[in-house]
Amino acid sequence: MDWKRFSFIALIIIVLFGVVVMIGQVKQPPLLIVTSMLATTIAVATPLTLGALSGVFCERAGVVNIGIEGMMLTAAFFGWLGGIYMYHIFGFTPAVSIALGVFFAVLTGGLMSLLHAVLSITFKVDQIIGGTVINILAVGLTGFLNRQLFFGKGSVFGGSVPGSPGVLPTIHVPLTELFTSICGSSAACLQNVQAINRVFDQKPIAISAILLVFLSHYILFNTRWGLRTRAVGEHPKAADTVGINVVKMRYANVIIGGMFAGLAGAYFTIESVPSFEPLLTNGRGFISLAAMIFGNWTPIGAWAAALVFGASQAMLINMQIYRDVIPPAWSFLQESYIVGLTPYILTMIILTGIIGKTTPPAADGVPYEK
Amino acid sequence: MQSEKQSNSPIKKLLQSISDASLVPFLAILTAVVIGGIIIKLVGGDPFLAYKGLLQGAFGSKKALSETAVWATPYIFAGLAVALAFKGGLFNIGAEGQLAVGAVFSALIGYALPEWLGFDLPVYIHLPLAIFVGMLTGGIWAGIVGALKAYTGGHEVINTIMMNYIALNTTSFLLNGIMKDRSPTNVIARTPLIAESARMPEIFDGLRIHWGFVLALLVAFFIWWLLNKTTLGFEIRTVGLNPDAAQYAGINVKRTIILTMMLSGALAGLAGSIEVTGLNYRHELGFSIGYGYDAIAIALLGKSHPLGIVLAAFLFAAMRNGATRMQFLTQLPVDLISMIQALILLFVAADAIVRYIYRIKSKGERVVLTRGWGG
Repeated sequence: MDWKRFSFIALIIIVLFGVVVMIGQVKQPPLLIVTSMLATTIAVATPLTLGALSGVFCERAGVVNIGIEGMMLTAAFFGWLGGIYMYHIFGFTPAVSIALGVFFAVLTGGLMSLLHAVLSITFKVDQIIGGTVINILAVGLTGFLNRQLFFGKGSVFGGSVPGSPGVLPTIHVPLTELFTSICGSSAACLQNVQAINRVFDQKPIAISAILLVFLSHYILFNTRWGLRTRAVGEHPKAADTVGINVVKMRYANVIIGGMFAGLAGAYFTIESVPSFEPLLTNGRGFISLAAMIFGNWTPIGAWAAALVFGASQAMLINMQIYRDVIPPAWSFLQESYIVGLTPYILTMIILTGIIGKTTPPAADGVPYEK
Repeated sequence: MQSEKQSNSPIKKLLQSISDASLVPFLAILTAVVIGGIIIKLVGGDPFLAYKGLLQGAFGSKKALSETAVWATPYIFAGLAVALAFKGGLFNIGAEGQLAVGAVFSALIGYALPEWLGFDLPVYIHLPLAIFVGMLTGGIWAGIVGALKAYTGGHEVINTIMMNYIALNTTSFLLNGIMKDRSPTNVIARTPLIAESARMPEIFDGLRIHWGFVLALLVAFFIWWLLNKTTLGFEIRTVGLNPDAAQYAGINVKRTIILTMMLSGALAGLAGSIEVTGLNYRHELGFSIGYGYDAIAIALLGKSHPLGIVLAAFLFAAMRNGATRMQFLTQLPVDLISMIQALILLFVAADAIVRYIYRIKSKGERVVLTRGWGG
């Protein structure tokens, strides 16, 4: 990441936050708005971060993966379904059911990416076509099973969607408690600490996404595994010559990537809301890819880019909260359809490369022939 | 010796090449149908009854045939759109959005133009104008992506998908706002009905099949002619095969990329405007869900050849149309069809799998369909 892209990211985030603060300040103090925006940004950036990490692992190993969207969607469905089955059919407690749901989502992501690996590495199918196949298959599979299992003739749940075991809990970071004694009797101090505390109170997948960013960075750039991964993505022939098993490395990384996408899927149905609806990923798999490209195929860069998209989504959410205080001159901000365009237009601007050209791994998308 | 015999008769040669080209798609369909049957069995349905219903619903009566043709019409246009882009080395996932934009603007010309002008237009001006505007706007919508690809290298796969979401949001905005049907009973996001002078005449009384279907077949022929018999077609194919060589040969690659995307978008826009002027007489939100993705499958199944696309479009149309009857007979959800279609696509795209299953040797070189982020 060079200064140009980092300053672009900072600029966009400041503009997005600034708009919300300007509009919302008649209702709430700026600090409260900024912290709640920040908390939302981190939360909604989670699937984008994980999706981008998924892309980083696949593409660093030389496999283009535009099937992330489909992997997320399938994982979201099966994670949710798994949770419901564990809870209603096998009678597990909600907590265990939810945990198993996350496990199923990750497993589903892994299996879907195994399909992608078989198509693109073993059968050497055009990787973008292979990814598109996965996206279309995901829509068909989840749409069919969703209808058949819940509303079909003789379905287990007899025509209705049963209650899900719930969502993952928020992990409370005890900042407020810690500062109570320091703040003493100052109410304003305590209020500020509470506001800041909200940023850190995140749910498990959101927290693990951030940890995984740094873990992925370490693995890719500081371990033997990472070096080998990058070698098969840059120059598979050379890697093969020195005894690295190109096919094995590619399979492993694509499957790791798929598991990241699976965790991103779990965010939608197990962490965010306890329900599934067809097509719920809404293009976020593709936006993750843009984040990955903008982050120059590095985990930390991709995370920064994902935060921009998170911020634009957080703005959309906040515009709904401050709907009634939007000044008439800014009334276009009331139109969620128009404000909702921000991430898509941002993606297209980023892809033009006017904010710094990025370079993909040299062998990205090229099947390896011995 | 056999090959000598074949080369003697051009008709035999043609038949041979058709059967060569259609063998893998045919086996892919067969495999998908068998797996679909297994899935039906697994979820407790009767596969034979389901497929019987599918066939009855698609071809069982005059009305069923007409409906299949109605379904096939946008599929042919959209399939041609994706195929044309494939020929030019571009992957257009945005047929969905281009189709919606074309439909919205066709509808706008259809219902609003007489109001703006203050007098009624004759059908031979109004109808072609409405269709042309649909094509033009679809073409411009895709042309933006083409220009981004040509001048900045922004990858068309992600950009067309982003343009899909932008089109979806914008049409929702328009159809819920300034273009909404203001009749007092209406609660749906849709445009008013277009004027009589912007509608296509019926072919048969009482059947929904319309002249758009005939137009689709003519356009398929036109695209074949364009690609194989014109300089532009040659340029598109050359850029698709090898942009560097095309550049070296003096072809303006940037211009060709933009033009290919525009033509592709115009075809998708045409699909939208034909739906408006020939069938629905208005644009309604959500009528085009999934056409864009189906179009990719159709283009791949038809091997990007106009004739193949017409056949593949018929297959997909028959499945969509027959699905209702299948659901009636077996209570299986219509979504099953999406899954079987996805399986067909899987086996067509991954023809290596089909070749592996049926032990068919590959002939010729592999065709480059898309390029990675760099190209």
